[in-house]
Amino acid sequence: MANTTAAAPAGAAPQEGTRRDFLFLATGAGLAVGAGAVAWPFVASMAPDAATIAAGAPLEVDLSPITDGQIVNVFWRGKLIFVRKLTEKEITDMKAVPVGQLIDPAAADTRVKKGHEQWLVVYGNCTHLGCVPIGHSGNFEGWSCPCHGSQFDALGRVRRGPAPINLPIPPYAFQSDTKIRIGEEGGKAAA
Amino acid sequence: MTIRTLLAATLVAASLGGALMGAPASAEDAHATPQPPRQKWSYAGVFGSFDQGQLQRGFQVYKEVCSACHSMKLVAFRNLAEAGGPGYSAAQVKALAATYQVKDGPNDSGEMFERPGRPADRFPPPFPNDQAAAAANGGKAPPDFSVLAKARTYERGFPWFVLDALPFTGYSEQGVDYIHALLTGYEEPPQGTEVPDGGHYNKYYPGHIIAMPNPISDGQVSYPKGDDGQPVVPETVDQYSKDVAAFMAWAAEPHMMARKALGLRVILFLIVLAGLLYYVKKRVWADVGGETHGLQPELHKTF
Amino acid sequence: MSAHGNTYVPRSRLAKWFESRLPIVGLVHSSFVAFPVPRNLTYFWTFGAILIAFLGIQIITGVWLAMHYEPSAKGAFDSVEHIMRDVNYGWLLRYAHANGASMFFVAVYVHIFRNLYYGSYKAPREVLYILGVVIYLLMMATAFLGYTLPWGQMSYWGATVITNILAAIPVVGDTIQSLLWGGYSVGNPTVNRFFSLHFLLPWMIAGVVVLHVWALHVTGQNNPTGIPIKSSKDAVPFTPYATIKDVFAVVVFMILFAWFIFYQPNYLGHADNYVPANPAVTPAHIVPEWYFLPFYAILRAVPSKLGGVILMFSAVLILALAPWLDTSRVRSCNYRPIYRQFFWVFVAVCVILGWLGAKPPEGGYVIASQICTAYYFAHFLVVMPLVGLFETPTPLPGSILESVTGPGKQVGGSGMPAGAAAAPTTKG
Repeated sequence: MANTTAAAPAGAAPQEGTRRDFLFLATGAGLAVGAGAVAWPFVASMAPDAATIAAGAPLEVDLSPITDGQIVNVFWRGKLIFVRKLTEKEITDMKAVPVGQLIDPAAADTRVKKGHEQWLVVYGNCTHLGCVPIGHSGNFEGWSCPCHGSQFDALGRVRRGPAPINLPIPPYAFQSDTKIRIGEEGGKAAA
Repeated sequence: MTIRTLLAATLVAASLGGALMGAPASAEDAHATPQPPRQKWSYAGVFGSFDQGQLQRGFQVYKEVCSACHSMKLVAFRNLAEAGGPGYSAAQVKALAATYQVKDGPNDSGEMFERPGRPADRFPPPFPNDQAAAAANGGKAPPDFSVLAKARTYERGFPWFVLDALPFTGYSEQGVDYIHALLTGYEEPPQGTEVPDGGHYNKYYPGHIIAMPNPISDGQVSYPKGDDGQPVVPETVDQYSKDVAAFMAWAAEPHMMARKALGLRVILFLIVLAGLLYYVKKRVWADVGGETHGLQPELHKTF
Repeated sequence: MSAHGNTYVPRSRLAKWFESRLPIVGLVHSSFVAFPVPRNLTYFWTFGAILIAFLGIQIITGVWLAMHYEPSAKGAFDSVEHIMRDVNYGWLLRYAHANGASMFFVAVYVHIFRNLYYGSYKAPREVLYILGVVIYLLMMATAFLGYTLPWGQMSYWGATVITNILAAIPVVGDTIQSLLWGGYSVGNPTVNRFFSLHFLLPWMIAGVVVLHVWALHVTGQNNPTGIPIKSSKDAVPFTPYATIKDVFAVVVFMILFAWFIFYQPNYLGHADNYVPANPAVTPAHIVPEWYFLPFYAILRAVPSKLGGVILMFSAVLILALAPWLDTSRVRSCNYRPIYRQFFWVFVAVCVILGWLGAKPPEGGYVIASQICTAYYFAHFLVVMPLVGLFETPTPLPGSILESVTGPGKQVGGSGMPAGAAAAPTTKG
């Protein structure tokens, strides 16, 4: 197209050239906008669909059947969540860990809900590359990941890499002493 | 010349065909089903949009009458609160969903259980499976409502089917016309027509013998009242049928409003872009003495 | 890829380095930039570009639909509705894909009839043309396979009818049928493998399209006069002249496409396909998609399973013989006063066959189908060879340029090469 602009009749008024350039520019812009607009539905269609979003309803978990030291797997929004009832020893041990030496420092009381120090609720995928760590293994009374050797303690805090951060805590709230609701924090639904 | 030849050829062939076709066509007419009369639908045409009040009334008819036998298993409660639909609030939908019992499970002990519905759930069917639906309804399962409005139609024949595709005369509401006609088409069988057991005579049903008994009568559903204490629309079978058909049209095509709105923008954009391109092309071709196009008679000189 | 030599001269050192290792830029340049295009091409010659656009649209929307579709007898119907209801813009993707198939066929029929009218199939373009017939066959197979995927009533019964057609092939028919079914009837394995094949065939079409374009760029394009390019004045470079014209035509065609997507999305489909597949009930009127109707009428014209099948396949394959059945030395119908009339009768017969294909196979419709089928084949086997022998063509213009301007007149502009010494213009 540059060629044709260059080849415009030499005698033509400069105004003619401007009009022509504007026409070419507007058309080029129109084509570019059109192409961009066409791309949008394709990208948008790959985002979670309406059914998937709606299906992420809060999940109630009954804690009463869980015994001391037991880890229970539940799924919320397709993601694995560990619900673990800590033993007295584990609680004491964890409180004794110096926070400053942790890879991702977090005090023991930030990992559990106040008044429910026995209950740990964490996402069940290693923060390295997503494998499921094996419970009650490793050197820290917690989990060790079979894929790349990360180790977590009883509160899901990373104690040995390559995992960079602690196992994250999903939004949840205690409905009663024996019932939690995952996906809602204090009665408000999580996004 | 060539166009005339084509026209002549087509006409000759068509009249020839028409003559040949005359016999079977008239033989069919004796048993023919009358064409459903066209209704006025607020959502027909390029600028048509659903009437929220009508969709809500239609949903009421579905819920109180049709849902006893007809499932609607592709539609979720949440859809009722989505844009371009009946326009219920999220809270209304939540409350409505909770009035339904939804099968879920298995639970930790491996058993299925029932729980109150949630907005994300789809409408639970009235029968556990098609066989149960068929067994309870004289051997034929009532069809699911989810896409029924798109699954029914009637032939309009030439040349009407061409008009139905065009801008301004375009029409794609044959399915709801048929549903309205069917619901208002129950009548006494004409003299000499045997209606078998479990069959019912309907003017608009192909073959006239339909398994579904007349489902609805005047006054059966109480519509919301207006300020004057009267129902906003008459509580008649005709009105019920229109409302439920409109609701079914939405259920079958929940994104229709978004589709039409986007379509207008896309088409206007394309027209402007085509206009620009036309002038660009003219400019470009001016360098070689103007372009050739199909409208220049010298190209079609048939020496 | 081109017989016209490579005029591309890389400018930068990097471009030179790359071109000496993979001359793909030069290839594109010679095929789509410097390639000489007859200057008298009408908009009928833009349908090649429109078809390429639609192949792209179908492949892209198809790949995206495949991200959400579930190829199983149990899940197919509901997954299509899931696309329509839950997936963001899913309704747009699906309607674009479904109507895109119809638009693809609209364009290909214009392309085919343009070819037949202007004698583009004649030497030296026979291979180009036969590749086109192969693309058309692949398109038909792809369209059929795709139509079965929503697993509605028309999908199911379409699959049943077409696989039964293949069973009519002597000796191997039953084997082919059971290999397609993967069971004792059309069922879950069938929809699963049809999905796989439906995904495969478009890439084969794309491959043959490359060959088709390659062959085109060896022989050059035909044009409304049917006479070859004789001097540089007869031609203009592909870019910008044909490029801008093609883009314009594609955008105009998109308006039609958009109309169907947004305002008549189900017009070209069948209501029955919104009824989930039911092996116990056949829909009252089982007809294929509109673009198959003429062949469907031919299939039903004879009351013999094998005979109908042979006729139907012959109706497509006979197209491939056109270069040798046509005995005329003149290509374009513009200069063939007799054959031109027959051409339009042939078009009318094809349209009528399409109409008959949608009618029930009874009484007068069958007789009419038989007459039209006979004419369809007679056009190729009798009219084409005989008219070419006896017809006196009208005098051809001296050159392409002369056909545009009239004999002896001069036109502004030089045609090839690009942009050189353009004279003041009379237009725009």
